[in-house]
Amino acid sequence: MPESHWQRKITYEEQLNNDFAREIAEETGDKLYGCIQCGTCSGGCPVSPYMDYAPRRIIAMTRAGFERKVLESNTIWLCASCYNCTVECPKQIKITEVMYALKQRAIRKSVHPRRFTIPVLAKEFEDIVRRYGRSHESELLTRMFLKTNPFLMVKQALLGLRLFFTGRMAVFPDMIKARGGAKGDLETILRAVDEKKS
Amino acid sequence: MKYLYFPGCSLSSTGRAYGESILAVFRALGLSFAEIDDWNCCGATSYMSVDERKAVALASRNLALAEEQGGAGPDGEVQVIAPCAACYLVLNKAQHLMDESPDLARTIKGALAQAQLSYTGRVKVRHPLDVFVNDVGLKALGEKARRPLKGMKVACYYGCQIVRPYATFDDQHNPTTMEQILKALGAEVVDWPLKTRCCGGTLTGTIEDVGLRLNYILLREAKRRKADLIATACPLCQFNLECNQDKISDQNKENVAIPVAYFTQLMGLAMGIPDRELGLQRSFVPVRVAAA
Repeated sequence: MPESHWQRKITYEEQLNNDFAREIAEETGDKLYGCIQCGTCSGGCPVSPYMDYAPRRIIAMTRAGFERKVLESNTIWLCASCYNCTVECPKQIKITEVMYALKQRAIRKSVHPRRFTIPVLAKEFEDIVRRYGRSHESELLTRMFLKTNPFLMVKQALLGLRLFFTGRMAVFPDMIKARGGAKGDLETILRAVDEKKS
Repeated sequence: MKYLYFPGCSLSSTGRAYGESILAVFRALGLSFAEIDDWNCCGATSYMSVDERKAVALASRNLALAEEQGGAGPDGEVQVIAPCAACYLVLNKAQHLMDESPDLARTIKGALAQAQLSYTGRVKVRHPLDVFVNDVGLKALGEKARRPLKGMKVACYYGCQIVRPYATFDDQHNPTTMEQILKALGAEVVDWPLKTRCCGGTLTGTIEDVGLRLNYILLREAKRRKADLIATACPLCQFNLECNQDKISDQNKENVAIPVAYFTQLMGLAMGIPDRELGLQRSFVPVRVAAA
C-alpha cells in the first residue's frame, strides 16, 4: 500500500476540534465525560449493525474531538430515537440527546452527505410544518425522494396507491387556522425563538 | 373528568383508523372529551433533529392551547390524551426539557407571549393505555364487552416511545397495560420479548433495507409465538408492521403475513362497535374475529 494512502486516512491532531466534546457535553447535560466505554449502548442498539461507528465509538470520538468524522458518519442519522441506550446507560448519559445534538450541528454546518435521505427528510419536514403547522406525509415523501433519488418514488408507487384507496393518504395539506400575527400564530412563535438566539 | 384530545397529524392520514377507533371507544365508554382547537404538529423526531429550541416551542404551543381551553382553576391539572407514541413523547419531553432548563423555559414562554399565549405547566399528557387502565378501570371495561375476543391470541406491541425514556404509567422493560386491557375484554395474549423493540420509525421510508429488517424480526417472532394478530398503540408502528409485509415476505422468502390492529380497534370489536366505525376497512391485512 503506498504511503500516501494511509496518510490520507489519518486524522492529525491539529485537525481535531478540542472544544467539540465540551460543547456537546454542555448541550446534553454534561455527563459525556462519565462514559466508561462499556458498550451497553452499542450492544442494545437495534440499528448499530448498519452504522459506520456504533454509539460507544461515537461517544469516544466525540470526547477526543473528531468532529468532522462524527458529523459525517451515518450513525447519527440512523439513530431512530428508540432511547434504548439512554435508559440502559449505567452512567445515565442521555445518548439519544447526544445524537440529536450531533444531528443539529451537522445540519447547521451542512456537513451531512448531500443526497442522504434522512437529513433531507428532517429539513423538508421542518419546512412543511413551518408552512402548514401540520405535517403532510405525501408531500413530505415526494419532496424527499425528488431531492435524493426519484427512482425510489416509483418503487413506492404501489404502496402509495394502496394507502390512497384505503383512505390513508391525505392529498391536500391540513393547515392550522391561526395565521399572520393573529393570536396563536405559529410563525410569530418560531421567529421569536430565532431572534432570541441571534 | 373532562379530557382534551390531541390527535396529531398521522391520525388523519396513515393512522386514520386509530383516530376513528379511539373516538368510537371514548363515546362507547361515555368519556367526556374535546379536541384541542387549532392544534399543530408535535414536531416528532425530525423537527428535533433540526433545532431543539424551535422543536420545544412547536410542542409548547399545543400545551399552551390546552391550558387555555382546559380552563381548570389555577392549581387544576389539564388532562391531554395523546394516542400517537411520538406525540405522547414529544409533548412530555418538551415539559421535561423546560423543567430542566430555566433558560429554555424563559425563551419558550417569551416566544409564546409574542403570540398572546401562555404556559404555566398545568398540563398532564397521557396515553390512552394509561387512561383506560387507571381512570376507566379494567372492571368497567370488562363489563362493556358485549362480544368478548374469545380465542383471539394477541401479541401486544408497545414500540419505543411510550415507555422510553419516560415510563410514567407502566413498566419500562415489560409493560403490561395493553395485555391487561385486552385480557379484560376476553382475548388471550402471547408472551413475547420484543414488545418494546424498535420498528425503525421512519427508516422504512428513508433506508428501506434497514427498516424492513427491523420489522421482519418483529413479525417473525410474533408468528413463531403463534399470535393471531399484533396489537399496536402507535400509527407509525402500525404502518411499518402492516404495510410492508409483502416486501418483507418476498425479501426473506418467508410468509410473514399477520393482521396488525390498533388496540383500540380490538376494544371496539369487543364492545360491539361496527367494523366501519373502527376503521377496520382500512387494513391491508383483514382483521378477523373468530365467530362467537
